[in-house]
Amino acid sequence: MLKLFRFLKPFWLPIVFVLMLVFLQSLSELYLPTLMADIVDTGIVNGDTNYIMRIGGFMLLVAAGGGLCAITASYLSARVASGYGRQLRSRVFKHVENFSLQEFDKIGTASLITRTTNDITQVQTVLVMILRMMVMAPMMCIGGLIMAISKDAHLTWVLAVVIPILALAIFAVASRGIPLFKAMQKKLDRLNLVLREGLTGIRVIRSFNRINFEKERFRDANADLTNTAIRVNRIMAFLMPVMMIVMNFSSIAIIWFGSRRIDTGHMAVGDLMAFLQYAMQIMFSLLMVSMMFVLIPRASASAARINEVLDMKPEIEDPAQGRSTDGRRGYIEFNDVTFSYPGAEQPALSNLSFRAAPGQVTAIIGGTGSGKSTLLSLMPRFYDVDSGAVVIDGVDVKQLTQSELRSKIGFVPQKAVLFTGTIAENIRYGKEDATDEEVRHAAAIAQASDFIGEMTDGYDSLIAQGGTNVSGGQKQRLAIARALVRRPEIYLFDDSFSALDFKTDAKLRAALRGETTESTVLIVAQRVSTVMDADQIIVLEEGRIAGIGTHRELLDTSDVYREIVSSQLSEEEIA
Amino acid sequence: MSKETRGQKHGGRGPMGGGMGMGMPVQKAKNFKGTLKRLIGYMAPRKYQLIAVLITAILSTVFSIVSPKIMGNATTKLFEGLMGKINRVPGASIDFTYIGDILLILAGLYIVSAAFSYLQQYIMAGVSQKIVFDMRAQVNDKLARLPLKYFDGRTHGEILSRVTNDIDNISTTLQQSLTQLITSIITIIGVIVMMLTISPLLTLITVITLPLSFLVTIMIAKRSQVYFAGQQKSLGELNGHVEEMYTGHRIVKAFGREEKSLAKFEEINEGLYRSGWRAQFISGIIMPLMSFITNIGYVLVCVVGGVLVTKKSIEIGDIQAFIQYARQFGQPIAQTANIANIIQSTIASAERVFEVLDEEEEVPEVAKPTLVNEPKGFVKFEHVKFGYKADEVLIEDMNIDVLPGQTIAIVGPTGAGKTTLINLLMRFYEINDGKITIDGVDIRDMKRGDLRGMFGMVLQDTWLFNGTIRDNIAYGREGASEHEIIRAAKAAHADFFIRTLPDGYNTVLNEEASNISQGQKQLLTIARAILADPAILILDEATSSVDTRTEVYIQRAMKELMNGRTSFVIAHRLSTIRDADLILVMNHGTVIEQGNHDELIAQGGFYADLYNSQFTGKSIS
Repeated sequence: MLKLFRFLKPFWLPIVFVLMLVFLQSLSELYLPTLMADIVDTGIVNGDTNYIMRIGGFMLLVAAGGGLCAITASYLSARVASGYGRQLRSRVFKHVENFSLQEFDKIGTASLITRTTNDITQVQTVLVMILRMMVMAPMMCIGGLIMAISKDAHLTWVLAVVIPILALAIFAVASRGIPLFKAMQKKLDRLNLVLREGLTGIRVIRSFNRINFEKERFRDANADLTNTAIRVNRIMAFLMPVMMIVMNFSSIAIIWFGSRRIDTGHMAVGDLMAFLQYAMQIMFSLLMVSMMFVLIPRASASAARINEVLDMKPEIEDPAQGRSTDGRRGYIEFNDVTFSYPGAEQPALSNLSFRAAPGQVTAIIGGTGSGKSTLLSLMPRFYDVDSGAVVIDGVDVKQLTQSELRSKIGFVPQKAVLFTGTIAENIRYGKEDATDEEVRHAAAIAQASDFIGEMTDGYDSLIAQGGTNVSGGQKQRLAIARALVRRPEIYLFDDSFSALDFKTDAKLRAALRGETTESTVLIVAQRVSTVMDADQIIVLEEGRIAGIGTHRELLDTSDVYREIVSSQLSEEEIA
Repeated sequence: MSKETRGQKHGGRGPMGGGMGMGMPVQKAKNFKGTLKRLIGYMAPRKYQLIAVLITAILSTVFSIVSPKIMGNATTKLFEGLMGKINRVPGASIDFTYIGDILLILAGLYIVSAAFSYLQQYIMAGVSQKIVFDMRAQVNDKLARLPLKYFDGRTHGEILSRVTNDIDNISTTLQQSLTQLITSIITIIGVIVMMLTISPLLTLITVITLPLSFLVTIMIAKRSQVYFAGQQKSLGELNGHVEEMYTGHRIVKAFGREEKSLAKFEEINEGLYRSGWRAQFISGIIMPLMSFITNIGYVLVCVVGGVLVTKKSIEIGDIQAFIQYARQFGQPIAQTANIANIIQSTIASAERVFEVLDEEEEVPEVAKPTLVNEPKGFVKFEHVKFGYKADEVLIEDMNIDVLPGQTIAIVGPTGAGKTTLINLLMRFYEINDGKITIDGVDIRDMKRGDLRGMFGMVLQDTWLFNGTIRDNIAYGREGASEHEIIRAAKAAHADFFIRTLPDGYNTVLNEEASNISQGQKQLLTIARAILADPAILILDEATSSVDTRTEVYIQRAMKELMNGRTSFVIAHRLSTIRDADLILVMNHGTVIEQGNHDELIAQGGFYADLYNSQFTGKSIS
């Protein structure tokens, strides 16, 4: 939490002002009872109406001044907190943009999103609270004490007894309540889990006739939560009455002992009345402070999560001086590449070597976890190899700047991702200055023109967030068009035809062939029919090359390949 | 403190349970009165406890309201004695016995008041949580009776939020706001009464500040709503952008668009800042303004009161009491203003919950259901007509006749509506016309449970729950023995991998079941189906994301499972399709062709086209 506050530095000036203003405001709040005491002890005792009026007018001024301070403080703290939030958000986002996939894998995309949005909002909210209230509490508390002592030092011993009792009471209730609150949150999560499972598995539950079993699970979770909630609330029910008793008894004590002191002439009646009010202010501020203990742990959990992101250094960085390629276009070379995911026991890819050249189609086939997608991600340098080298156009990818390297590549991911915006904008994502003609051409090759044409707004149709308003197959085709419009040296298709029906798949591959004559194409696929015609097929098994060659060659040489083929095709098609 | 911790979860409430959240826009219910009535209906069975809450609330408030006046008497006595001393009235002294008596009475009042206040909270905790418990159970029961149509038309998040967030909101309101409202109102009334007994003139002065604070609150709230709405909008945009950019990180990088993405982020962030600080500021000045207005009242009381004391028309202690009353006055007023908002959002929540409860349920089962003993697996569709929406007929006059043990392959492009058939067979959806029979019995004449008990389902999106592997397999049949479970796992070729896991059958699948692979999950669902031993199977052949070895196991396990059972297979593999007794070719949600492989090839229609393009890849180019 404190670590995050280092970013408050640029705001030190307004913060100092806020502190000062809050201090002035507290002073004004504290000064009012003193003035009232004057009215009683001087004005009333002497029956001086003029004096009362004068002091009254002064009180109004003080109150107005306090209000003004509070409003200005509120203005400044709103700007500080919002500005702080803006700056922190921007910092985190910028930092995350530089992450490689390695860091994304480590933290998880969903968690990164929460950290950039909710967690920062949480911290910002607490900052507002701190600036607005928490700062005031200790000032009120200390100021109140000073005023009380100045009014009558002897009577403050009442406070010395009462304040620890109050603190103890708060602590006693909170220390029992807070763990229960945590338990309650867990039970709420459990209830949510049971419910979510019931929703996602609804077909299975109903088909296995287990509705009553699920009801029972829900009932248990529900009862568990309810019991805890009742216990929490019953414990919390102590808090307010206990507080009230402590406060009220302290005022009784103040009156009793105060009246003794008045009797002996050590104190005036107005002072006693003021003293009572100070005592209340001190105790209320203690209540405020106690709230800090509830708020801060929650915000500090958020702060820790944000810090973790900021402290993470992206593992992939551009070379100090980017080299340029030797002028060749589309030559790929894997030299004895070994790669493991962080923390993995075994490498995902071991001792991989192969070459690919322009005009060639290289297909990669193998089971899940055999390392196909990993292999593709090494080329745009989403990850760095452990040993060996990935060489493109004669240069190790580590020596190219990331932007230069990636400008050579048209990448189509396994899970098509589109962005909010029109279809044309999504295709232009591949090449910002693409002409309408180029966009249309790319769409046509990707077999997307038909369905785009059927949409009411054609290329200007809007894609919703996450591309939810187009089907999986359409998404894939748009993702392909996005890569095509780039006219890159190298195409990487990561199982990008899986959501297409057979007919479209075949048409698309036929059209692609004409488009990619001068480019190097790498295709990861599951279907044998997709890879059969490739110039070279790489068969991966457990991160190693189990065979490399054409369809025919592999049928003769590779058992693994034969096994895959026979599971998908019948005898006659293999031949 | 409970108020603060819980308040944060609801966007509409400030962390202080008061002031801070003021001015936030509130969701409004469509039918406020009706929903309120219905919500009160939930409280009716607990009316005695609620009456007890009401009485204790009134008592605790009344006692706390009376005390300042009594305390004022002590001060007056003190002052009188003092004045007597100053004025050297003979025999004048402070009457400590009197003051002592008053303080004792006060102590008693405070204890009684606190005790009642505790009692009230204590009872309310039980009542409110039990009401909410019932409500949750009711919604969950209702969900079990809703047709699948309901679930398919909504996101899980939406349904979840009604059962959890909305009900939680109601719970908080019942626990805190309701009693707060009661005490606030009683306090306001009580304080006014007490003030009137002391001095009508001072009361008038204090009450004058009332409309002023209301006016200020309303004015500011109106203004801040605009900014809060703007803030909410920017926040939504920002979250949307972050979500998109992070999930598409690979693409952003691959296409070198980091700068653009950052620029857009900064733009949204700036907008958020602009509306954010204004919203923050405006809602932040409510508190100081209110306290300024309270202070005006305070000063007026001091001055006018002071003058009145000098004129001997009221006592000094009365001023002290008055000051306390004036202080007590501001808080409940601010609270009631806030509670009005809370109640509105609670009613809106309740309305959403009631909407679920009012959804149309599944068609009730027939009074005398027919039970098919030892089902054989005849399946017949006769003139079946169906559409998801009343005016969009998908299937018109569909007829199929399946004999026990036959395999029916369902083929077609993705999104062709292959799940529709499953929905109809298992009666997840009701057909519009015609009938479906199993072993000659109309499925609508059976109990849903009996009907579904005849089926076994192995789908591609495997559903497993957060529990042990053993429990997940045992899900197939209630009361299955350990031996049967292991036998089913063996038949599904799952036994081996289960035993390689550290805890074997006791391995707990985590929430996303991500601690085993996709293929292994599928093997578990096959084991589950084997254990259930159904007469009819519905299978979904894996397309991708399963490694070759596991796939071979899955295929073998499926074959074993299909042996001797009527099977509907959503097929991708040519061998399965060709060996099927009947192929249903689907496109755009409807069955367009049916027959066996040779017949369909001879027809030269959609299937022939599909077959040629997929498996030879040469006919088009």
